[in-house]
Amino acid sequence: MKLTKLIKSGIKNLAINKMRTGLAVLGIVIGIGSVIALVSMGESSKRAVQSQIQSIGSNLLTVSPGFITSGGVRGAIGGAKTLTNDDAEAIKTSPKITTVKNVSPEYSSRAQVIAGRNNTNTQIVGVEPVYAEVRKLTLSLGSFISSQNLTAQSKVAVIGPSVAEDLFGEGVNPVGQTIRISGKNFQIIGMTKSKGGAGMDNQDDRIYVPLTTAQKQLFGVKYLSSIALEAKSESVMTAAQNEVGYLLLERHKLSSPEEADFRIMSQEDILEAASAVTGTFTTLLTGIAAISLLVGGIGIMNIMLMSVTERTREIGLRKALGAKKKVIIYQFLIESIILTFTGGLIGVILGIGGYYLYAKANSATFVITLSSVFLAFFVSVAIGILFGWYPARKASNMNPIEALRYE
Amino acid sequence: MKALDDVSLNIDQGEFVAIMGPSGSGKSTLMHILGALDLPTSGTYFLNGKDVGKLSDDQLADIRNREIGFVFQAYNLLPRTSAINNVMLPMDYASVPEFEQHKRALKMLEKVGLADRLSHSPNKLSGGEQQRVAIARALVMNPSIILADEPTGNIASFQADEIMSIFKQLNDDGHTIVMITHEQDIAEHAKRIIHLLDGKIVEDGNGHKRRIINSNSNHEINKTN
Repeated sequence: MKLTKLIKSGIKNLAINKMRTGLAVLGIVIGIGSVIALVSMGESSKRAVQSQIQSIGSNLLTVSPGFITSGGVRGAIGGAKTLTNDDAEAIKTSPKITTVKNVSPEYSSRAQVIAGRNNTNTQIVGVEPVYAEVRKLTLSLGSFISSQNLTAQSKVAVIGPSVAEDLFGEGVNPVGQTIRISGKNFQIIGMTKSKGGAGMDNQDDRIYVPLTTAQKQLFGVKYLSSIALEAKSESVMTAAQNEVGYLLLERHKLSSPEEADFRIMSQEDILEAASAVTGTFTTLLTGIAAISLLVGGIGIMNIMLMSVTERTREIGLRKALGAKKKVIIYQFLIESIILTFTGGLIGVILGIGGYYLYAKANSATFVITLSSVFLAFFVSVAIGILFGWYPARKASNMNPIEALRYE
Repeated sequence: MKALDDVSLNIDQGEFVAIMGPSGSGKSTLMHILGALDLPTSGTYFLNGKDVGKLSDDQLADIRNREIGFVFQAYNLLPRTSAINNVMLPMDYASVPEFEQHKRALKMLEKVGLADRLSHSPNKLSGGEQQRVAIARALVMNPSIILADEPTGNIASFQADEIMSIFKQLNDDGHTIVMITHEQDIAEHAKRIIHLLDGKIVEDGNGHKRRIINSNSNHEINKTN
């Protein structure tokens, strides 16, 4: 029997009971739709993490101080004052360090910033000129902190576009303007190009000042909050991590890595840790979606079993007229595949629609991977076969005599 | 209790046989065996020289498709399906090309006088018309035997005569017909009447005259214990 004819008669049979067919399809729509939406959301957050790594630089290592331990209570990472300017200098000059290209000591803290009548609270980052290269920072206006600024402890600042907007309004050139940071006047010499990012990690919501100025004039500290390192290439990242690690252990007079009062993390480590939570969440939700798909499949099986029972006489007749077992199996399998495929089709459309709304609402990247769409169709057909198989087998194994007598 | 016991029977090509008997006499079982829907627990059934008992499920399906045309008491047409599509159904299982199916189904419906009812679905046809569609369906694969199980059981008497005249015409054209019935006047249309009782043949012949079994027959059933 020709496939097109089987499909046509399958559609005709399913159309008889539109309500029942619709409800069975709905189960698959919900399952496939939620799987597609959640997998796509997970994919787009994964891509966001990847592009963030690339924008920050994949050769980047960050040394941060360890935990403050006071009275057995462990504080947050970076709270300790164990990293110093001398540590950074040692990494720069030590002959033991062969794989590090640039060293960027940094001190950052939050402070109140005032310009005219506007004021804002933002992250102040004390940097050396090499910071721009290590952190892949580019300027849209003016120039970055120079070595002269550094030695002279100049009160100059490079501001991020978000801060500029907060203080001066949109589209105003801030270069040359004066701002007050913690009560001291700073002249703006440049503005960074927008990098994006959100929340605590927003790199556009920062003000860069010379490291010496930050440490001595603004915050009065002698330690660093982090040292950024640029490895010579991506392939020597681990070597660089080891070299710097052992050098710092030696300098801090510690004997084993377990005692380290600092951490060295690659950009990937940091972002992986950050995305682990969202990843777990996505997996959990996808799991729930997969369960709803399973329930949808059971619904399909239920409908098909009902249909087989209702059509017992028809099956008996078809067998009496010469239908082989295989043809009966095909007939019912095709019906269940039509159900699940239709459900899959609508589910994919709704899932992508839902994902589009999510992406729009969260200004996340909207990427549809063709593989996930194909996977959804494959899965929906597979569910049709899986859950249609038993009812189809039941139909094909009917005794034609008993089936013809069925009332 | 055996449904059929020591039944030995030959049916020649071109015969018109009526099988009669009270309910429980085994006539349905005999019909199912003749129609390759059921196999005897012992004994043999030869159809056109083939031992049907030795065939696989798929081969039996082929036999039912090509060698046997069923006409049921309840017509058993597919609902919501036009007369012509009902007639085309057996050809689907024989992989007859679509245009050929159409041509043959049309010819058969003309033969049973329903050329003007091609696109009617069963619920728009009278009982007699439905049974005529079923006869056209039974004929469309040009089978060796037409097996009719109480073909007039559900039909008004004036339409029953029409059905019987179609069977007579088919028999005159050379078709072999085996018909189960419990109505004497319907059985009278057949050339040979077999009476069954408690699984045994008690009478075989034209009315009262018992027939000599022809061992060189084409259709042969031989069922013991």
